[in-house]
Amino acid sequence: MNLSEPAEEILEALWIAYEETNTKRLKLSALRVIPEIGVLLELIDAGIITHAHGDDAVTITERGLIEARDAIRRHRLSERLLTDILLVKRELIHETACQFEHHLHKGVDTNICTLLGHPKVCPHGRPIPPGECCEEGLSMTLPAVSPLAKLKPGDGGWVAYLHTTDPRRAQMLISMGVVPGVDITLLAGFPSFLFQIGEGQFAVDQQIAEQIYVRLQR
Amino acid sequence: MARLALIGNPNVGKSVLFGCLTGSYVTVSNYPGTTVEVSRGMLHMGGSKHQVIDTPGLYSIYPITEEERVALRILTDGRPDVIVQVVDAKNLERMLPLTFQLMEFAIPLVVVLNMIDEAEQNGIEIDSGKLSQMLGVPVVATTAITGQGVDQLLDSIQALMPSSSASRVETIALPPFSDSQMRAWHKRARELARQVMRKTDTRRGLSRLDRVLISPVTGMPVLAAVVYVGLYLFVGVLGAGVVVDLLEGAFKDYLNPLIERMTAAAIPWQTLRGLFAGEYGILTLGVRYAVAIIMPIVAFYFFAFALIEDSGYLPRLGFLLDRAFKKIGLSGRAIIPMVLGLGCVSMATMVTRTLPTRRERIIATLLLALCIPCAAQTGVIMGLLAVRPHVLAAWACIILSLFMAVGMLSAKILPGARPTFLIEIPPMRVPQMKNVLVKTGARVAWYFKEVVPLFALASALIWLGQVTGAFDLIVRIMSAPLAVMGLPPQAATAFLFGFFRRDYGAAGLYDLNQQGVFTGNQLLIAAVVLTLFLPCITQFIITIKERGWKIGIALSLFILLFSFCIGVILNGALIVTHLHL
Repeated sequence: MNLSEPAEEILEALWIAYEETNTKRLKLSALRVIPEIGVLLELIDAGIITHAHGDDAVTITERGLIEARDAIRRHRLSERLLTDILLVKRELIHETACQFEHHLHKGVDTNICTLLGHPKVCPHGRPIPPGECCEEGLSMTLPAVSPLAKLKPGDGGWVAYLHTTDPRRAQMLISMGVVPGVDITLLAGFPSFLFQIGEGQFAVDQQIAEQIYVRLQR
Repeated sequence: MARLALIGNPNVGKSVLFGCLTGSYVTVSNYPGTTVEVSRGMLHMGGSKHQVIDTPGLYSIYPITEEERVALRILTDGRPDVIVQVVDAKNLERMLPLTFQLMEFAIPLVVVLNMIDEAEQNGIEIDSGKLSQMLGVPVVATTAITGQGVDQLLDSIQALMPSSSASRVETIALPPFSDSQMRAWHKRARELARQVMRKTDTRRGLSRLDRVLISPVTGMPVLAAVVYVGLYLFVGVLGAGVVVDLLEGAFKDYLNPLIERMTAAAIPWQTLRGLFAGEYGILTLGVRYAVAIIMPIVAFYFFAFALIEDSGYLPRLGFLLDRAFKKIGLSGRAIIPMVLGLGCVSMATMVTRTLPTRRERIIATLLLALCIPCAAQTGVIMGLLAVRPHVLAAWACIILSLFMAVGMLSAKILPGARPTFLIEIPPMRVPQMKNVLVKTGARVAWYFKEVVPLFALASALIWLGQVTGAFDLIVRIMSAPLAVMGLPPQAATAFLFGFFRRDYGAAGLYDLNQQGVFTGNQLLIAAVVLTLFLPCITQFIITIKERGWKIGIALSLFILLFSFCIGVILNGALIVTHLHL
């Protein structure tokens, strides 16, 4: 389905509201962007939302949820791509991603997701809804970003980001010097993981190695 | 008197520098987390005295583990007059963020680029003048282990000393932990390092030795060889066998008769004489146990252990065994307290503070107290069972199985998240014989100070019990639970000793066995129960200090009950199966 750029913007806003409230009935005033009437009509025509006359809220349909989820996935993947690979400045990411994502049609998002090592969060820390490719664990011969755990000994690059839900663990890693931007090389991958940063070597377990995403350099 | 605090990342050489400045020794090893306590010493400089404070390593001013918290407290509560930040020169970039954080304290700071020799060997050149200029604080390059650069450091410290009239900022508000602030510090560190550091060589990578040590195929045989040569041959056969026999012989043939004669001459009263010489005399039993049995074993173990820890092998062992340790609710990090526990459980209990979560600390404390026999005890038990190798094998299997079973069970029962494994791996280094010897000496001395008074006290109490008749009463009371475990009433004395220290109890078994009171089965049961028994009073006090009253007492009660139950079960199993060992 091809929606207009503003419609896709609203679709994402609907998803974010749905993420936060976990209800399908969503107040228009609570959305990140206040939609124009034409855009609303486009969404209603596309079967994404339903709207009762005089109501200040819309209801997102099952189909709408799927579309919205895909849209947000494309948006957040774009943000990742722009940050990790194209090195776009942080402040510009959101803007650029809005235009960029619009051109990611079905299938392309899978490739980008695989290229990025199936990231779980966007650069702002919001979750990226997983696609089929994530569940199947598709891999490329030459991914650009990959969790440390998937690297082969000798591979290296720089730390792209840390994906951990445990703030203590993130703090531990950051304090030890595992921060985005530093050079990192995997030295051994069994029975635990051994990597090098500068002249320092660190041993970690599988769980932590899966949370350090590395932008590979060859 | 001004106070200097040595602060820095783990394993950068703070304790070595402390030795350089104060002339007093604190334990130095080659792994992060050797120092877990604060040490204080005196620095004499320019006719005045200053206090130097050695602290555990910390990665940032936002502490994760207990020992990091201990170090931070020196800064926040202690407010030293000068901070000496010790930095591993090889890893300047990674350590500068801490420099920026320390600047937040508004305390005069000097940065020490330590291990500058290793940095130079790695082809790293640092322009310390430029670094000093850019940081705005003095920077001194040193090799603390040889004393190189220490004089310049003293000059810098002298220049930073506050005049007595200077007003001091007493409290400062530290910025809260934030991701972006940390990133900014690290970014600044990278830029700074790029400007003052030149690298000509390639990076460290994996050495051939590392490859051998950390690959399971070669690493496990190496581990087995280390255990066989270090533990069995060196400590067991040489220390607990040859040397103990030699010293025991010396006591039995020369010293004890001499003591008997001397006390007989000096003390006319027969009963009082028994306090010093005789079956349970302080000198003939207490000191003999300590000097002839415990000391050689402990000294040999600590010597072997010091060689291993100074080489940097232990963190690599953590890498190798992390998966196995996860099964018992611990991570590879716990390998360090566990191996240290094979030497002295009390010291090891103190080191459990390097473990990141409370859950891991409790599991480690329990396993140390219950299933890890200290060197003295292992040595005595090996000596005791050496003539019956099958009993020794059975003992080892039972203790190892219980270690795994109790670990797995407590990992199931105790709430909390799975532990995570994250440890810095230092380069392998050739142990310095001087440090190995001084460290062994310091540990044996510490051990002795703990052990000898207890042995004397135990001897004195037993003597008092004998004089008043209470001893016989206790032995009679204890004979009932002993009988349930299938043990003869004579074993009561060994268990009574065991309440003071379990190695003392094992030494008691050694004596009893020589009188031939045990069958093979009874020997196994007694050895197993005494291995599981409450370790010692020192360990009990340290557990309470580290884990609190509730856990300390709960653990002790559990251990007492558990060891008794295992004794009963073992006895039952041996009877049912008609096994005669």
